Amino acid sequence: MPLLALANLRKQFGTNRVLDDVSLDVEAGEVVAVIGRSGSGKTTLLRCINGLERIDAGSIHFEGKPLPLGGAALREARRHIGIVFQSLNLFPHHSVERNITLGPTVTNDVPLAQAKALALDALRQVDLEDKLHAYPAQLSGGQQQRVAIARALAMQPRLMLFDEITSALDPELVGEVVKVLERLAKSGMTMVLVTHEMGFARRTADTLVFMHKGRVWEKGPPRELFAAPKTRELESFIRAVLEPND
Amino acid sequence: MSRDFDWSAFLFLLGALRWTVVLSIIAFVGGGVGGLLLALMRTSPYRTLRWIASGYIGLLQGTPVLMQLFLAYYGLAVLTGLRIDPWPAVTLAFTLYAAAFLGEIWRGAIQAIPRQQWEAAAAIPLSPFAQLRHVILPQAMRIAIPPTVGFLVQLIKGTSIASIIGFVELTRAGQLIVNVTFQPMIVYPIIALLYFALCWPLSLLALRLERRIDAALGIGQPA
Repeated sequence: MPLLALANLRKQFGTNRVLDDVSLDVEAGEVVAVIGRSGSGKTTLLRCINGLERIDAGSIHFEGKPLPLGGAALREARRHIGIVFQSLNLFPHHSVERNITLGPTVTNDVPLAQAKALALDALRQVDLEDKLHAYPAQLSGGQQQRVAIARALAMQPRLMLFDEITSALDPELVGEVVKVLERLAKSGMTMVLVTHEMGFARRTADTLVFMHKGRVWEKGPPRELFAAPKTRELESFIRAVLEPND
Repeated sequence: MSRDFDWSAFLFLLGALRWTVVLSIIAFVGGGVGGLLLALMRTSPYRTLRWIASGYIGLLQGTPVLMQLFLAYYGLAVLTGLRIDPWPAVTLAFTLYAAAFLGEIWRGAIQAIPRQQWEAAAAIPLSPFAQLRHVILPQAMRIAIPPTVGFLVQLIKGTSIASIIGFVELTRAGQLIVNVTFQPMIVYPIIALLYFALCWPLSLLALRLERRIDAALGIGQPA
C-alpha cells in the first residue's frame, strides 16, 4: 500500500482546470520531485495533498485512508503531513524555539520540556541549534527556511511536502537549504518536492514527475527522464532550464 | 446672583471628570469586547457573520454619534415606558459606538497579517482558535495599538456630547459652572486642560507600548 495515493485529481479555479486527472502513488521512503513550468499545477497539487485546497474530483488517500475535507479530521491527518512553503513565513513574534514548539505543544499536547528537546533535535537536523533563541528577523532567508523545515520536522511527520522552498532565496543561500533536503532524503523521509533545482532533483529524487497543463505529463527515474525525454514538452522544458540563456 | 470660580467649583469639575473617565472606561471595555467579536465576525469564513458585522459597523459609522445618543435615550424611554436617567443611555450609546470603531480598526489589523501566516499555522496544524490566539492576534495587536489608543483619545473627548442629554460629565459640569460664574474664559480653558491631562499621557503610553512590542518581536535588533 502506498503511503500517499492520488487518483484522478481534478481542481478548477473558475473555468481554469489547474489539475486534470492527476494520479500518483508515493511509497514510504520515496522522494518525488515535481517539476514543470509555472502554472502547470505543481503548487496546487501540493496544496491539495495537504488539504489547503479542496479537490473537485478524484481521491487522495494517506496511509490508506481518504484525506478528510476539513475540520478536526483534516487537522488530525495534517499532523502527519508536514509542509514547507515558498514564502518565508516563520512567526515573527516568536523565537525560533517557540516557532518549533508551538505545533507539538498546542496540537500534539507534548509537555513543554519535551517539546523543547524536540525543537533542539529538529534544529540539529538543519544545523541551526545555535539559533534557538533568535527571532526570525535576525536570520537570513536560508536560515529561515531551515527553521521552517525544523518546525515541520518537530511534528514528526510521516510525509513532508516542500513547495519551491528555495525559490524566494538569494542564489547564494540555496545551497545550504538543498544540503538539508538531501540529508533529509537520505534519512528515509518520504518527500514530495516542487522544485526548480534540477541538479538536486536529478541527484536526490527517486521519481521525477513532469507536470504540464495540469497533468502528469511524464514520470520516471530522473536520470532516464533527463537523458531521454519522451515528449517534446519535457525536452523543451529541460532545455529551457538547463540553458536559460539560449 | 453670580459667584466667582473658586476651589469648590474646581472640585465640582474634578468630580464630573470622574464620570467622563468612568463613561470612557465602560464604553472602551464594553466596546472592546464587542469590537473583538465584530472583528472576528468580519474576518470569519462565514458570509452571514461577515454580513451582519459589516452592516452593524456601516450603520454606526455612517450616522452621527449624537443621533445614536438621542436614539438610545428616547429609545430606552419608549421601550421601558419610563422617563429614564441619561446614565444607561450614554453608556449604551457609547459602547455600541466604540464597538463599531474598534471592530473596524481590529478587522484592519487582522487582515494586515499575511495569508501565509494563517497557512503556516494551519500547517502545524493549529485549530482556527489556536491560529488566532498564538499567531494572528499577537501580531495584529501590535499593528492595532496606535489606532486603538488614538480612538480611545477620540472617545474620551467624544463623551463631551453626553452633556447634551443632561449627563453631568466634565463638559456639562463646566456649562453649569459657567452659568453661575459667567467666567467662560476661566472655566473652559481649565476643562480643556483637564481633557488634555487625560489624553496626552495615553498618547505617550501608546508610543511606549509600541516600542516595547517592537523589541519583543525582535524588530530592530542587531542580527
